[in-house]
Order: sequence, then C-alpha cells, then structure tokens
Amino acid sequence: MSWEVVIGLEVHVQVNSKTKAFCGCSTEFGTEPNTQTCPVCLGMPGQLPVLNMEAAKKTALTGLAINADINLESKFDRKNYFYPDLPKGYQITQFPLPLVENGYLDIPTKDGGEKRIGITRIHMEEDAGKSMHEGLDGVSHIDLNRSGVPLMEIVSEPDMRSADEAIAYLKQLHQLISFLDVSGANMEKGQFRCDANVSVHQPGTPFGTRAELKNLNSFRFIKQAIEYEVIRQIELIEDGGEVVQETRLYDSVKGESRSMRSKEEAHDYRYFPEPDLPPLRMSRDELEAIRAAMPELPGQLRKRFETEYGLSPYDADVLSQTRELASFFEALVAAHPADPKRCANWLANELLGRLKEKGMDISDSPVSSQRLAGLLERIADNTISGKIAKDVLDAMMEADDDADAIIEAKGLKQVSDSGAIDAIITEIMNANPDQVAGYRGGKDKLLGFFVGQVMKASKGKANPGMVNQRLQELLKG
Amino acid sequence: MEIDVKKVAMLARIRLTDDEAGELGPQMNNIIGYVEQLASVNTDGVEPTAHPHDVALPQRIDVVTNTNRRESLQSCAPKIESGLYVVPKVIE
Repeated sequence: MSWEVVIGLEVHVQVNSKTKAFCGCSTEFGTEPNTQTCPVCLGMPGQLPVLNMEAAKKTALTGLAINADINLESKFDRKNYFYPDLPKGYQITQFPLPLVENGYLDIPTKDGGEKRIGITRIHMEEDAGKSMHEGLDGVSHIDLNRSGVPLMEIVSEPDMRSADEAIAYLKQLHQLISFLDVSGANMEKGQFRCDANVSVHQPGTPFGTRAELKNLNSFRFIKQAIEYEVIRQIELIEDGGEVVQETRLYDSVKGESRSMRSKEEAHDYRYFPEPDLPPLRMSRDELEAIRAAMPELPGQLRKRFETEYGLSPYDADVLSQTRELASFFEALVAAHPADPKRCANWLANELLGRLKEKGMDISDSPVSSQRLAGLLERIADNTISGKIAKDVLDAMMEADDDADAIIEAKGLKQVSDSGAIDAIITEIMNANPDQVAGYRGGKDKLLGFFVGQVMKASKGKANPGMVNQRLQELLKG
Repeated sequence: MEIDVKKVAMLARIRLTDDEAGELGPQMNNIIGYVEQLASVNTDGVEPTAHPHDVALPQRIDVVTNTNRRESLQSCAPKIESGLYVVPKVIE
C-alpha cells in the first residue's frame, strides 16, 4: 500500500522585545527565578494588561515578510486552562481574528525547484512560566519570569508531505525570523519551538486523523519525531487499528513518543473575548511605516551579492545565511574594495573553516573584518603569497596582532627580487643536472619539479608568478 | 443547549457533589435559556461586536518599568524554595 504523509506545523516564536506583552517586566533570559514579575504577569486579581506595541509591530512585520494580509483590526481572546505555570488560569491570545492571515513561504525542494507552503495565520499571545520537575519528590517548582513574554504563533497549512519538507520550511522560517530581528530564535533557549501535526492517508482519499507532536526543540529531533510518527501510524493502520487524535510527547533519548491522554481530556479551552483589551487597531500609515523599515531579506541579499559583487551563486548563498555573516562580508568588502571575490573566498573558505574547527560562530570571530582586510591587502600587493597568507591567518586566530606585524615578526615577506630568485634557481639547476637535461630534452612536466624545489628552498616566500617566469627563461639555457 | 455541569466543574477545577450538581444544573440551563433569546434577533448586516466599549486600545512603549519585587510578591505564596514557587507535582 502507498501512503501519503501530511504535515502541518505550529511554531511558537518568542518576540525579542525588552518587556513582556502586557506589563513592563523585563524579558531578559537566564536571570534569577521570579525576579522579573509583577501583579499583571502573576495573575493577581484586578490587574489590567496594557499591550506592548513593539510586539504587535514585530508580528505585523513578520506578516508582511510572508506576504500575508495584516488585519488592521484584530482582537484578543482568553484561552482557559489550568496549569501552575499559567497563573491567570487563561492565556491571552487571538482566536477568531488574528493580526496576520493568509501568507506563504517558498521552500527549496530536493530537485532544485521551489514549493509554496501556505501560512494560515500568525497570532499574538503570551508565554507561560516554566515548571521544573527533575530531582524533586512529589512537588514541582515554578519560575514565572517567562510568564507574559510575547509570542507569535505561526500556523502553517497542512502542505508538507515529508519530514524533509517540514525541516526545509522550518529552516527557511528560522532564517527569516533571524533576518527580521523579531526574535532571538535560539531553539535551545526555547525562543523558536515547534509542534507538528502529522497524519497519513492513501492518495485520493481524505486526510487521516492527525496526532500532534509536542516538545520538539531541535531540527534533528523534529525530523526524527515526524519519521517515527509516520511509521507508527502506518503500522497501526496496516495492523487494522485506528489513529486517534491525541497529543504525543517525543522523547529524544528513547527515540519514541508517548500519548499524553490526560491532556486531551482537558482540551476544552472555552475561548471567549478578552474583556480587558479593546481591539488592536493599526492604521494604514502605521503599517506602511513598518513595511518601510523592513530589512533586506535573505533572497534579496543573495541576489545583490551576485550582481553587485560578482559572487558565484554558491558563495552568495553561503554569505547570506545569517545577518551577522552578511554584515561581516560587507564590512570586509568596504575595507578591501579592490577584490570582493577574494573577500568572499577568504571569508567563506578560510575564516569560516577555522571558526568551525573551533566550534565558533562569525559573531565570536577573533579576527575582525578590519584585520582580515589587512591580510588581503598584503596578498593584493604581493607582499605575501596566498599560501603564506593562510599561515598568517592561523597566527591571527591565536593573537591580536595584525597581519603586517605577523609578517614582519616571522619574516614572511615574499621575495620578488629577480636577482634573489635567479640565485635560488641557479643553485637548484646546478644540484639537478639530470632533470635540467631532461627538461631541455622535451620533458615539459619537469617544470613543476623545479617550481616545487625553488619554493621549498625559499621556504615558500618566493613570488610564485616570478618563479615560474624566471624558471622558464633560465631552463631554456 | 444543555449544560454538562460535571464537565464545567471539572474544567473549572471545582469539586461538586451529585446533590450540588443536581441543584446547579437547572439553574445554569435557565441562564443559558435566557441568553439564548438573543439568537432570535436578526443580525444580518450587523458587524460583530469585538468589545462593548468603543475605546482605543491603551498602548505601551517597550521600556522596562518594573523592578525586582520578588520578596514582597512572594509573601502571599504558600510555599517558596530558593525563589521558586513550590506546587504539588504536575507532570504526568
């Protein structure tokens, strides 16, 4: 039997505003527990929420970036459930009339094409606090610093047909969110969290019953969890069973999921309009101001790198992966404008390679764009060869010295003096009379041998172009 | 519309005896019946009401205004440990 997989994703993104959605408490991560709370986010009676407009603007900006409709009037609702990390007993969210509706994202497919994934809606809501259970006997501990932190919930259409497509969508969305600077988007810190709705059916028949997978906090686990769920459902159906609509928790250690049935029982959120918040109205002018502040997005950046700097599509893609990397590249080109392609090569291959070995990110690079540009200048003016420059870059990774100081201290200056190069060549020719005779007898390939010997004798400092040229002349005899 | 009193009580985490449920059920259904009269009003062409008062949404700029008041805010909590609220175990 052939089965088709249907996946829809709900992504919760923490908005990177300084304060919470409905009160003036800080949203800083990793501080002492319960030091960033107030009567509003603790759910004390009689406290009134006041909307943080920064959160609304960032949600609208995200909506514009996915080509969605922005509702100039949207409203807030209460979603009611009991859990100790939700002190009010309800979450403020948007139910029938969210701020953003009907968007999409185009994702790359394996055959090099594109596929459009619909985004049903993005609504604003607030995060819950954090519960801790580990190592505790019969009790749980609650930290409410996160209670009330603004979230956007980004809900996709059930348009994905494989775990790989789901991951491609999530990576694309993650990159977009990072470029828009609307969230820290750090998955380990819970700033970008994913729930997956998964079902299987036979092509041509209605969609199957779906299960919701929760607790997915890395791209790798999301892929594993979806793949596990697909197999579970197919086996269940083929054995004559039926998929039940339920929430399942994926255990990344065991590599399996289990049902959270008790949560199902309480799945009656009794939404009703939030009486404490009048509708959110945004004017056309406000919306246009948000649109005008839209930063350059990855696709636009990639195209500009190709046309403005003549980069290959591959380099342009690598250098537009993150905002930080793209800014580093542009700062590097500004400091070494003569050769943007050299900038791209040295950044994408040499510096990124060295950072990767150290497990570092471009933002922690010990070599700044200015220092790297200083090195590239010395290649451009033939002070050092590209090969020596790699050694200089190694040294720059370990010390704060600039390229010139390292070249000077280690005596790495390239020898471009023809007298000095001729002297080395003569010495090598005298030491290898057989090879000289061979070359003169027509074995052209021996040129490579001589180049190697001369470079070795000069400890790599001889100007390779000049070595080639002088060798060919002197070997003629 | 018939109200399932036991279910409503469970969702609200209110413990009801059978006697109480038996007494409250008809009362709640009375209230629902009263409100249901609204369904007989013709609302064709009427915009849904998002909020009873036509007031502008108060807006806040994104500046931290609250400082750490943990000690006083936690003074009414039944149990605290290392700055964390202690509650009966909630995980499944």
